[in-house]
Amino acid sequence: MKESVNILIVGVGGQGNILFSKILGDVFLNTGYDVKISEVHGMAQRGGSVVTYVKAGRKVFSPLIDKAEADYIIAFEKLEALRWIEFLKKEGFLIYSDYEIPPIGVITGMYEYPDVDKIVKQLGVKFCKIDILSLLSKAGNPRVQNTVMLGVFSKFMEIEENFFKKAIENNVRSEFVEINLRAFEIGRSVDLGEVRI
Amino acid sequence: MRRLMLGNQAVARGCFEAGVKVATAYPGTPSTEITEYISNYNEIYCEWAPNEKVALEVAIGASIYGKRAICSMKHVGLNVAADPLFTVSYTGVNAGLLIAVADDPGMHSSQNEQDTRNIAKAAKVPVLEPADSQECIDFVKKGFEISEKYDTPVILRLTTRVSHSQSVVKEGIREEVDYEYKKDIQKYVMMPAMARKRHEVVEKRLNDLREFAEGTDLNRIEEGKTNLAFIAAGIAYQYVKEAYPDAWVLKLGMVWPLPKKLIMDFCSRFEKVYIVEELDPFLEENIKAMGIANIVGKEVFKLTGEYSPSFIKSAVEKIYTEIPYSIAQQIPPRLPVLCPGCPHRGIFYTLSKIKDIIITGDIGCYTLGALSPFNAMDTCVCMGASVGMAHGISKASNNGKKAVAVIGDSTFVHSGITGIIDAVYNKSDIIVLILGNSTTGMTGHQDHPATGYTIRGEETYKLDLLNLCKTIGCSVVEEINPYNINENLNKINELLKVPGVKVLIAKAPCRLHKRYKYTTLKRYVDKTKCKNCKLCLSLGCPALSLKDIPVIDQNLCLGCGMCESVCRFGAINSVKE
Ligand code: SF4
Ligand code: SF4
Repeated sequence: MKESVNILIVGVGGQGNILFSKILGDVFLNTGYDVKISEVHGMAQRGGSVVTYVKAGRKVFSPLIDKAEADYIIAFEKLEALRWIEFLKKEGFLIYSDYEIPPIGVITGMYEYPDVDKIVKQLGVKFCKIDILSLLSKAGNPRVQNTVMLGVFSKFMEIEENFFKKAIENNVRSEFVEINLRAFEIGRSVDLGEVRI
Repeated sequence: MRRLMLGNQAVARGCFEAGVKVATAYPGTPSTEITEYISNYNEIYCEWAPNEKVALEVAIGASIYGKRAICSMKHVGLNVAADPLFTVSYTGVNAGLLIAVADDPGMHSSQNEQDTRNIAKAAKVPVLEPADSQECIDFVKKGFEISEKYDTPVILRLTTRVSHSQSVVKEGIREEVDYEYKKDIQKYVMMPAMARKRHEVVEKRLNDLREFAEGTDLNRIEEGKTNLAFIAAGIAYQYVKEAYPDAWVLKLGMVWPLPKKLIMDFCSRFEKVYIVEELDPFLEENIKAMGIANIVGKEVFKLTGEYSPSFIKSAVEKIYTEIPYSIAQQIPPRLPVLCPGCPHRGIFYTLSKIKDIIITGDIGCYTLGALSPFNAMDTCVCMGASVGMAHGISKASNNGKKAVAVIGDSTFVHSGITGIIDAVYNKSDIIVLILGNSTTGMTGHQDHPATGYTIRGEETYKLDLLNLCKTIGCSVVEEINPYNINENLNKINELLKVPGVKVLIAKAPCRLHKRYKYTTLKRYVDKTKCKNCKLCLSLGCPALSLKDIPVIDQNLCLGCGMCESVCRFGAINSVKE
């Protein structure tokens, strides 16, 4: 892996950002890095926009990732991918789920849900779009989107697969380990060549 | 073993290792998890107190008895606890007393951005400020040592980014510490004659602590390779190190009282020294007061919100990072909303249908009633303020404007009770809606005296809000079901004409709390009956959205039935799971 890596995990409250970042943090820790993770709590848990920062490197000081500093943005919801796009480095990579959760303003008709795919293409960002609903139906449980995404992301890191699996086992409640490992495999089996568009 | 730990979890770990015996708190983001993690250690007695003042008083009692104690709260909680704080500074302690206070720069979940260091200085209490999780563990232990050695309570100041960041720590073992209780009315009974003497002791103690600050390794100079020099503490230190790894830094672990000689010596070595601190110019003003002039502070760094490494760079060198990808188009905001099935929704929907009332709100999930689609709240000031403010409005308007206070059950116990007593005593004409969801929802489902459970989930005496309100003299006290929208609308309209303090307890436990089981009948929209009037959407339930006609997301719907009851065409029906 590189000297250091900055990862932004974005989504909507309740989508499992924090578990994702914990697992990822463990992976980096066990491969010998210094790690910092910063989470947002409180109001954001009530269906608001949430972001978690994961930073790994030889020595990490600030737990924050600034605008134009993220190597990767992993978005669990399409619109949130756009909201945080300014945080991506020029050579950074966006991995987003095409899951749609309309915010209240869209529900009540005040705003329109933008055409995310079109904007992402226009921006010229390097991206990987995950057709999450079909993957989740394979997994047989809508609550494991985060581990499916982790499986996809693991292919971007030059870290052995086993580190990820161990970290899942360590951070997920025992009765859910199996389904999460399956979800991870499903994510890992996504053909990046195909989805990179 | 190296492991990742949340700042708050590390504070709890530090308490365990330091032999703490008593931990108290009222939940408040970003401090809540300290006490939650402590509750996993059976060696420590811990509790949720009804408010921060009581929590601190309990911890003071434990400390005087001879057991190390910690009391945790968020910054605004310290205002509630200020009364005992200013006096425990006089009595001092027996076993160590630590007060962990988490500030929230950037107001991720707070109603203001106050800086705890100002209160600490006013109360003449020393302050330690850790910069990562390892320091959270170390400074807790150090804090207890200072507390006992200098006979003072110690404040551990945290900020959101320290409390809610995970970084690497090494765990240690627990050390048992016990002191004997000795009666000492000169020290512990603060009536004027004794307090006058104690004030002298406090001033001397501050001088001793100043001396200590000079020599302690809590404060250290990190040598650099350039001429750039900074003074920083807490998370701001990390931002400085990231922005300028080669600069000189005076890192302060103890931010009050300050080491004057150390600071003067450091500053004399450089042409100018940047002082980097979030929120108030606390270090800056106190350093200026030492007669040091070559410092740069708030003239380049902002007074509001959080900092970041690139913010520091842009302030120091006017360097701005170019943003490669940005979007011209406005993105729909994603504000927090009441959860699907939330019982509060029914109350705010009902209130939004009543004209000519002023709704005084309070702190909790239900503060979201102020936002669209309900817009059913006029004020929100602090914990418990809704009741007193409603009373004030009704008196100021000669009861011309009807005031309705909305307050959660946890908040009511925290500081709503005294407001009601005042309103009854002074013959007010207000309605108080207690939203009894049987938990403290916003901070993540903590128990309180009206839930009937302790922090560890043991059953306990359950405060009966209905009888309590009757006893303190409210003219009407009734329980209502928040899901019965039409019935409640009539009831509130009726009560607006009745004199006295009327209390309606909207009783329905939080739908997301694992303790309360609901039988769920998920709803769906029957396409053949729906007239697309969109009335159901005005409930603002996240499970309902508009495709061609409204649809219900079966993954999100919790089957509360509220949408079914507002649909005038019977188009929303239920399916059995
Ligand atoms: S309230 Fe009933 S009729 Fe109106 S849009 Fe909703 S489901 Fe359709
Ligand atoms: S029943 Fe209706 S209001 Fe209640 S959670 Fe389901 S969609 Fe929302």
